[in-house]
Amino acid sequence: MTAPILVFGWGNPSRGDDALGPLFVERIAAMHIPGVECLTDFQLQVEHALDLTDRQLILFVDASLDCEVPYRHSRLSPGHDHNFSTHAMTPEALMQVYFDLHDDDPPPCELLAIRGESFELGKPLSPSAAMHLDRAIDWASKRLAAQRT
Amino acid sequence: MTDLETASHPENLRRVAIEPLSRVEGHGKVTLLLDADNRVRQARLHIVEFRGFEKFIEGRPYWEVPVMVQRLCGICPVSHHLAASKAMDQIVGATLTPTAEKIRRLMHYGQILQSHALHFFHLASPDLLFGFAADAAQRNIVGLAARDPAIVKKGVLLRKYGQEIIRMTAGKRVHGTGSIPGGVNKSLAPEDRAALLKDIYAIIGWSREAIGIIKSLFERHLAQYRDFAHFDAHSLCLVRADGALDFYDGGLRARRIDGPTLFDHFDTDRYWDAIVEDVKPWSYMKFPFLRQLGDADSGWYRVGPLTRVTQCDFIPTPLAERERQEFLAFADGAATRATLGFHWARMIEMLHAAEAIKELLHDDAIVGHDLVASGQRQERGVGVIEAPRGTLIHHYRVDENDQVIRANLIVSTTHNNQAMNAAIRSVARQFFDGREITEGLLNHIEVAIRCFDPCLSCATHALGRMPLEIEIVGAGGTVLDRATRDSSGRFARS
Repeated sequence: MTAPILVFGWGNPSRGDDALGPLFVERIAAMHIPGVECLTDFQLQVEHALDLTDRQLILFVDASLDCEVPYRHSRLSPGHDHNFSTHAMTPEALMQVYFDLHDDDPPPCELLAIRGESFELGKPLSPSAAMHLDRAIDWASKRLAAQRT
Repeated sequence: MTDLETASHPENLRRVAIEPLSRVEGHGKVTLLLDADNRVRQARLHIVEFRGFEKFIEGRPYWEVPVMVQRLCGICPVSHHLAASKAMDQIVGATLTPTAEKIRRLMHYGQILQSHALHFFHLASPDLLFGFAADAAQRNIVGLAARDPAIVKKGVLLRKYGQEIIRMTAGKRVHGTGSIPGGVNKSLAPEDRAALLKDIYAIIGWSREAIGIIKSLFERHLAQYRDFAHFDAHSLCLVRADGALDFYDGGLRARRIDGPTLFDHFDTDRYWDAIVEDVKPWSYMKFPFLRQLGDADSGWYRVGPLTRVTQCDFIPTPLAERERQEFLAFADGAATRATLGFHWARMIEMLHAAEAIKELLHDDAIVGHDLVASGQRQERGVGVIEAPRGTLIHHYRVDENDQVIRANLIVSTTHNNQAMNAAIRSVARQFFDGREITEGLLNHIEVAIRCFDPCLSCATHALGRMPLEIEIVGAGGTVLDRATRDSSGRFARS
């Protein structure tokens, strides 16, 4: 049976603060919250539209270079994506693809953007990003508990 | 051969350094250098993500390498996983068991299938179906999904199928551990085999439909497709011992621009006798060239689907070989010389991958239990495969403490470095008006770059960062114009 809540974080664990998404998901998964499924990938890809099916809530999580410190939470709407030649999609574009494929609105989607600073290959998470991650986890554990009730 | 560096006085063309910021943002940057008559003399695509790969690997124990190299690239991690595994097979002195080789091949064909499907259906087809000059707001996967959801859905399911093969053979959706030095750590579960067999015939059918799409576009727009971003180049790829297309193993074949074979079945263990890696002061990318041809200016070459499909003697699956014959014969070979021919060749390869998957699924060896071999420990290992974008080379030296002390990687996009510059310059010469960067010029340059499907996404992808920037530099070294398209699709000159 499909879990009603999906937490989907993406990023490269070996590129410094790009690991924020996967590390966030790892910590949420370790909480074993009933009804919450956790997924990670390097990047958000078009086939992930299939992972949105039959959910009550999707929480996308990624590192951000320009959000507020320590994180920014926002509700998402389907939208277009104009990235150049990238193989990665935005969550808004993924929602739009879901809509076009199913001719139906996607489930409610939210984005948790966690502020990162350094994205070099082979570097560990920066100290500031580690603090931002702790704050984001605090927020998310409350948010997910509230959603379940 | 090539006239990539054509200025009569190259010293008058300013060499532009890459701004440090561009190295960490993962954007694409193109510099067009003009001569005194404002004609485009050189084009340079700056791809800066490949720095640091070797240092990332050196110092690690060899058995970790096949897993951790997957973190070099979020687009083709399986290619790095398998190339590193092949190199480490040599380190442990192993000759693979039939089951191990077939499981690796299944994983690789799954990777080819999902990568080619992603590229064609979601990156290239918006260009092709809406037209190169269409508004960027429409010319993307979301615009295509609105116009033709059936095409997009097939693309999604093709990619999902390939991803499922990777998950089943590598153990996980990402960061799989299936391939290890000397073999694999699991074979295919019988229930996974049954699930894949259930859908493979639909996958083959959709792959054939995809070839039909690109073929009909060539038929309708022959002159445009034949001439767009045209350039001629030497070529390099792996071929099997009998000359067949082979993504996983073989010897190197290189052909000169005018057709003659430079070398054939060249032993990949001594690739450095065939390929030299040059460097330029203005780029972090290496500039590989064919040693026999002298230097980087005259010896650069092209790799990838178009090279593989045209240079092999045959494709060893029937439907794909039939399509290859049609591709070769189309308009007296026009598609084989066209940069947009990459797309057609890529779809033929996708069909071949689907057929090869079907054959493997019917082979009982893939559920076997003889998974790992070993032999006499070696100090050096070279692994070469044909990744979705072209030839991929991993080369390691390992010391007596089992640590990697030297690593050298040549990725597909590096092989195609100068080929991409040539394609961009061809487009720029056709569409640059000698005065300013237009959105049309930028659109066409994007389309040319996308033919090669370069791994720009090796970089970080933090939210909101993936612009394309184009810069015009005059003969005196002054930046005359600059334009960007940011991640919201806005075109802006500055």
